[in-house]
Amino acid sequence: MEKKVTVKTRRAAIVGGNRIPFARSNGKYSHASNQDMLTAAIDGLVARFGLQGEQVGEVAAGAVLKHSRDFNLTRESVLGSTLAPTTPAYDVQQACGTGLETAILVANKIALGQIDSAIAGGVDTTSDAPIAVNEGLREVLLDVNRAKSVPDRLKALTGLRPNQLVPTIPQNSEPRTGLSMGEHQAITTQEWGISREAQDELAAASHRHLAAAYDRGFFDDLVTPFLGLTRDQNLRPDTTVEKLSKLAPVFGTRLPGGVEGATMTAANSTPLTDGASVVLLASDEWAAEHKLPVLAHFVDGETAAVDYVHGDRKADGLLMAPVYAVPRLLARNGLTLQDFDFYEIHEAFASTVLTTLKAWEDAEFCKQYLGLDAPLGSIDRAKLNVNGSSLAAGHPFAATGGRIVASLAKMIHENGGGRGLISICAAGGQGVVAILEA
Amino acid sequence: MSDRYLNLVNSPLGSAVATRVGLPKPAVLRRYKSGDPILPGPVLIGATTGRVKASLIKLVTAAGADVRAAETEGDRWGALIFDATAVATPADLAGIREFFSGRLRSLLPSGRVLVLGRAADGADITVDATRQALDGIVRSLAKELQRGSTANLLLVEDEASLGSALRFFLSGKSAYVDGQPLVLGAGVAPAPKDWDQPLAGKTALVTGAARGIGAAIAAVLARDGARVIVADLQQAGEALAKVANRIGGTALHLDVAAPTAPEKLLTYLQAQTDGLDILVHNAGITRDKLLANMKPEQWDSVIAVNLQSQLSINAALLGSSLLRDQGRVVCLSSTTGFSGNRGQTNYGATKSGVIGLVRSSAAAFAAHGDSTINAVAPGFIDTEMTAKMPLATREVARRLSSLQQAGLPIDVAEAISWLASPGAGGVNGQTLRVCGQNLVGA
Repeated sequence: MEKKVTVKTRRAAIVGGNRIPFARSNGKYSHASNQDMLTAAIDGLVARFGLQGEQVGEVAAGAVLKHSRDFNLTRESVLGSTLAPTTPAYDVQQACGTGLETAILVANKIALGQIDSAIAGGVDTTSDAPIAVNEGLREVLLDVNRAKSVPDRLKALTGLRPNQLVPTIPQNSEPRTGLSMGEHQAITTQEWGISREAQDELAAASHRHLAAAYDRGFFDDLVTPFLGLTRDQNLRPDTTVEKLSKLAPVFGTRLPGGVEGATMTAANSTPLTDGASVVLLASDEWAAEHKLPVLAHFVDGETAAVDYVHGDRKADGLLMAPVYAVPRLLARNGLTLQDFDFYEIHEAFASTVLTTLKAWEDAEFCKQYLGLDAPLGSIDRAKLNVNGSSLAAGHPFAATGGRIVASLAKMIHENGGGRGLISICAAGGQGVVAILEA
Repeated sequence: MSDRYLNLVNSPLGSAVATRVGLPKPAVLRRYKSGDPILPGPVLIGATTGRVKASLIKLVTAAGADVRAAETEGDRWGALIFDATAVATPADLAGIREFFSGRLRSLLPSGRVLVLGRAADGADITVDATRQALDGIVRSLAKELQRGSTANLLLVEDEASLGSALRFFLSGKSAYVDGQPLVLGAGVAPAPKDWDQPLAGKTALVTGAARGIGAAIAAVLARDGARVIVADLQQAGEALAKVANRIGGTALHLDVAAPTAPEKLLTYLQAQTDGLDILVHNAGITRDKLLANMKPEQWDSVIAVNLQSQLSINAALLGSSLLRDQGRVVCLSSTTGFSGNRGQTNYGATKSGVIGLVRSSAAAFAAHGDSTINAVAPGFIDTEMTAKMPLATREVARRLSSLQQAGLPIDVAEAISWLASPGAGGVNGQTLRVCGQNLVGA
């Protein structure tokens, strides 16, 4: 008789999370490697939930800035942690979307019953960054290596030039345009007419909200101190719109309008940051067996990309992919943009958040580019990034997704239930979005 | 940190010099290791009545000791036990002199002297005066004993916890408990299935567990079989996570002094445990200043952390179903709570306060499913905190006890783990000093 395998699905639960406080680049974590930080984040999670020696279904994490020796970063971190050494692990890399993408990946596996528990996360250091040898030097050295005889080797070595001693330091710029992320966003900001005041207000609110969340103990079971840092180093609890308004713009100064027209400053853009975050996901049964809470469930995720290289200057901005991903996600789940209790829109730049919201309110744009009869509309701004976001906390690229997933799940749990939307933009014109619910 | 002086006088040369010059000679104390015999040698038991009760011999034997019915020339004793529960007149006390005086010199290093008595109860003046006299005998004898031996007084009102108490006081677990009386009362005190894992199946919570004594308590509770939740301030989270991962426990960030702490704790226990069996109130701070110079915040923070937090959390637990039957609460007091200390009016207040807290809470905990509450009062214990003291002060402080050395965090932890064990159910409302018979406040 022919046997048929039936596939049942279930919901993946978010049990909790852990991250280390985020440090400013070349700050407290200058000498900590990605592996050090990811291991610390995992060990903090293990301690919080008593998972010592536990074989978790899998651990998925990644880093954007990665040394070549870290090819197996996540697995190496697991081996250095107190989890069972029999826990499988793999690396994921999708720029700033990495952390959320790992959560989507493991949530799907849990939903399909392939695993019962998993840890998703990410880490990044801009301080302990990889430095590559100069491209010319690299080619010469490889030629030397390939040469079979001594004369051939000596011949290959004649290709050496003094300027090849200058190392290649990783840059925060798009390979296909040569523009930094900030310069890209400056174009989008100008195209959408986002004001300096609105950006500064959003930045000040981020600091205010994050400080208040720390003060009320919101992060007591989300953050474990590391290397003497107990709160995010970038947090300025006493910052005000007035103080922020005095800063000189740093991006967009060469666009039409010049310095006068530029609106993006060091304060309404996220600084380079070091840190790591992880989230524990599981089936409801696994959580119950381990006497662990279920904060929220992972409902669905979606990823989109825009052609920022050749596309429309206004509609296809580098960081606008979430604008396209969200309506697809809403449609699939039969929801409207207003059906949420919390919105977590990653603050890569204050203007990224404001552009995203403005695009959804724009009937013309929604019709032409999203194919919608009516715009998605506005959201209740009181539900946006209520415990602060990347402008205040900082943004270690791959660690942001884990920070948001764990925090949002806890907010929903504290709220006694509800639904939250996550939107994260990423380099390469990509966007990763997701829905959590309880 | 290591006690260099102790190591020196235990070397051949150092020992010879110390003897000639008349310097104190602290001994290396016998401490508990799983699998070790309970005592370094056999036990001799005496009694005021001249006949040792069979039940006592049975309990001491069950504890793993070799009880000798008769003695032969040259016997060396691991412990000398004297049952003085029957003393009624001052003349009866002579029996104690008679039993001990010829035999103390044959007590092995780290030997044990235990006197069993009864607490004065107000029924008869002569009997009470005689019973109280035992206290003076044991305290004085403890000061005479050498080479790490200790003397303690068990006031046996009920035998429920006698077996468990004998195991603690005879073993290396009581290494730094010396010259102390302890009342053994009635209570529910079942023997554990496995004496090496007396806390198996229990859930314990230790506050202030990120370092020092708190971390040692957590480790010993885990060693004894408990599932341990270690709690400390969020700021101490990095060290706390390491403690949790080392002992296979769970880390909880909790500021015990926050007004929301009891509620947070109950919510956590509800969500992530099946109830709590053991709570150790270890979190404590010092803000030393002469009273004349004491600032309000220095006063208030010490009171809030060391005393008020214990009161608030206990009240919340007693009002909930989250403290399971035969629960055990152990609070950290200090010998400062008995003796006072210059510059510590605030700290002294809290540590005395804890002594009162456990005494007055005993009935309420007994009514809560035969639970108990007790305190442990450490004396001078070597920790990160004492390592920062000036050398001379620390060296003098270390010698100011009958055992002429500082205790270790594990000594405090052993006493707490015993009081937290099922077998200690007959001990309630008391404060046990772990101070090596500190000459101050002992």
